[in-house]
Amino acid sequence: MTKTYKKFNAFDIINTLLMTIIICITLYPLLYVVAISFSSSEFVQANMVKIIPKGFNFGAYAEVMGNEFFWTAYKNTILYTVVGTSINLVFTCTLAFCLSRKELIFRDAISILVVLTMFFSGGLIPNFLLIKWLGMYNTIWAIVIPGAISTYNMIIVRTYMQGLPEEIFESVRIDGGNDLQIYLKIVLPLSKPVIATIGLFYAVGHWNSYFAPMIYFKDRALYPLQIILREMIVEQTFQDMAGDLAEAFGQSPPTSEMLISSSIVIALIPILCVYPFIQKYFVKGVMIGSLKG
Amino acid sequence: MGASIVQPKKKKQNKNFLKKVKQQKYLLILLFPCLLYYAIFKYIPMYGIIIAFKKYDFRYGILGSPWVGFEYFKQFIQGPYFFRLVRNTFLLSFYDLIWGFPIPIIFALLLNEIQNKKFKKAVQSISYLPHFISIVIVVGLLKQMTSPTSGIINLMIQRFGGQPINFFMDKEWFRTLYIASGIWQNFGWGAIIYIASISSIDPQLYEAAQMDGAGRFRCMWHITLPGISPTIVILLILRLGRLLDVGFEKVLLMYSPGIYETADIISTYIYRAGIQQANYSLGTAVGLMNSIIAFVLIVIANKISQKVSETSLW
Repeated sequence: MTKTYKKFNAFDIINTLLMTIIICITLYPLLYVVAISFSSSEFVQANMVKIIPKGFNFGAYAEVMGNEFFWTAYKNTILYTVVGTSINLVFTCTLAFCLSRKELIFRDAISILVVLTMFFSGGLIPNFLLIKWLGMYNTIWAIVIPGAISTYNMIIVRTYMQGLPEEIFESVRIDGGNDLQIYLKIVLPLSKPVIATIGLFYAVGHWNSYFAPMIYFKDRALYPLQIILREMIVEQTFQDMAGDLAEAFGQSPPTSEMLISSSIVIALIPILCVYPFIQKYFVKGVMIGSLKG
Repeated sequence: MGASIVQPKKKKQNKNFLKKVKQQKYLLILLFPCLLYYAIFKYIPMYGIIIAFKKYDFRYGILGSPWVGFEYFKQFIQGPYFFRLVRNTFLLSFYDLIWGFPIPIIFALLLNEIQNKKFKKAVQSISYLPHFISIVIVVGLLKQMTSPTSGIINLMIQRFGGQPINFFMDKEWFRTLYIASGIWQNFGWGAIIYIASISSIDPQLYEAAQMDGAGRFRCMWHITLPGISPTIVILLILRLGRLLDVGFEKVLLMYSPGIYETADIISTYIYRAGIQQANYSLGTAVGLMNSIIAFVLIVIANKISQKVSETSLW
């Protein structure tokens, strides 16, 4: 966009100021939890911590990281994210490839049946009963299989695959290759950008999900991180967390607010670490999705 | 005579079909598990909706349970919470729409006026960061910000001489908290699509307008806004269709029995009745009513939009 105005006027000043305020409001809660999590409890209790940690220490982290449930949950979350995203990608790409082939028999009918599920669904209870009936209740499968294909994401991938030049497929066919080879050797490698994008969407979804694990898991050993966080934040329970850290550290133990803060920071670290590198993919994903029209 | 001509044609078609199936066998092998997935996880639950009309008992299964007709629908409509649930659902969604919908548009328009490219990019990147934070954490942050003892909002209220407010326990504040935190989380993400459609507006339009002496606001009002209005309309229809589809996972994290008066919505009620109290038939019936109303809403929204702006979803 080549739009230039000669003067930097009052509007620009106000606008820049407004944007700066917006950034501050967006970032403040995050900076605050980081500050709280690294501070010592005297300063926290006196409400003296705002953005910069005071009485810098790792007490709250030591407490959280020493908690067995927290680590199990962290490992579970990583497992669910990896397994779940893999299943998502295999199913989503495969269906997208099939529907991108114009010669597929019943292609239109299948497409309609698939797209219909975006508008109609059984609802919470029938889905819940199905999972129980299939014997998936209280297993990892209850949270990684039912959402295997997001129809919306599948359409994004299909649109991308339809845009690949037909001539490349012909060359494989002439060499005696079949559809499976076309899919694995040509379509998948060429679709890497879109696969990366929706893979990230799926992965963030698994990392952040709490509702499905909450209704489908009974065993604490299966709980992912978000459920543990939920217990701390909503139910204000701290499993074995009220340790006698005071004696160990020679200072007052971390407050519940500090424990919550440090847990939040630990849960956010993976997302914050990859965010600068992946955000442009996310934006691209929204663009592809909006162009499907 | 006619029949003898048709028959060979039909045979030929069958033969063609079989030939096609054979040609596409790998494609069909790939397709099969995906279709199985849709059949099991999307279509069986739709079939399961019939338990809304039955008195579901797990011993007899879906088919064996006795029919009760519209019993559960009646039970819900005549129940003590019907009016409250419908009102809360609509109000929460409606306020969310009138506050949450325009803000990304305004943000996109203002951001577009920022001249410094680096600053613009930085603001945009930061603005959609909260979108990737889980709602559990968002609610956690919200609780810290609004805490009566240490939250910055209450500290400010106290500095200006007010009394601290226990926001999470106050039914008057629930909707504000829900909507404000929703805006915090999604304004930047929602703006991406508008920013994209602004950047596809022909720059010559601006040059011509400036030549004619149009200022900043006139360009914004007469070029940028009309340029993105089809996008706005489409998103608005989609949003209207989801008017009953409130983000109940966040409500579940935020509400407590003390504030059910404003916070309890249809989908949280379904969760409590259906999952927690295992009243499966009631939960399904309420869910079905919810989706029928939602579907009617999207059809109406689409009709209106067809009339008003000639933009339509289908």
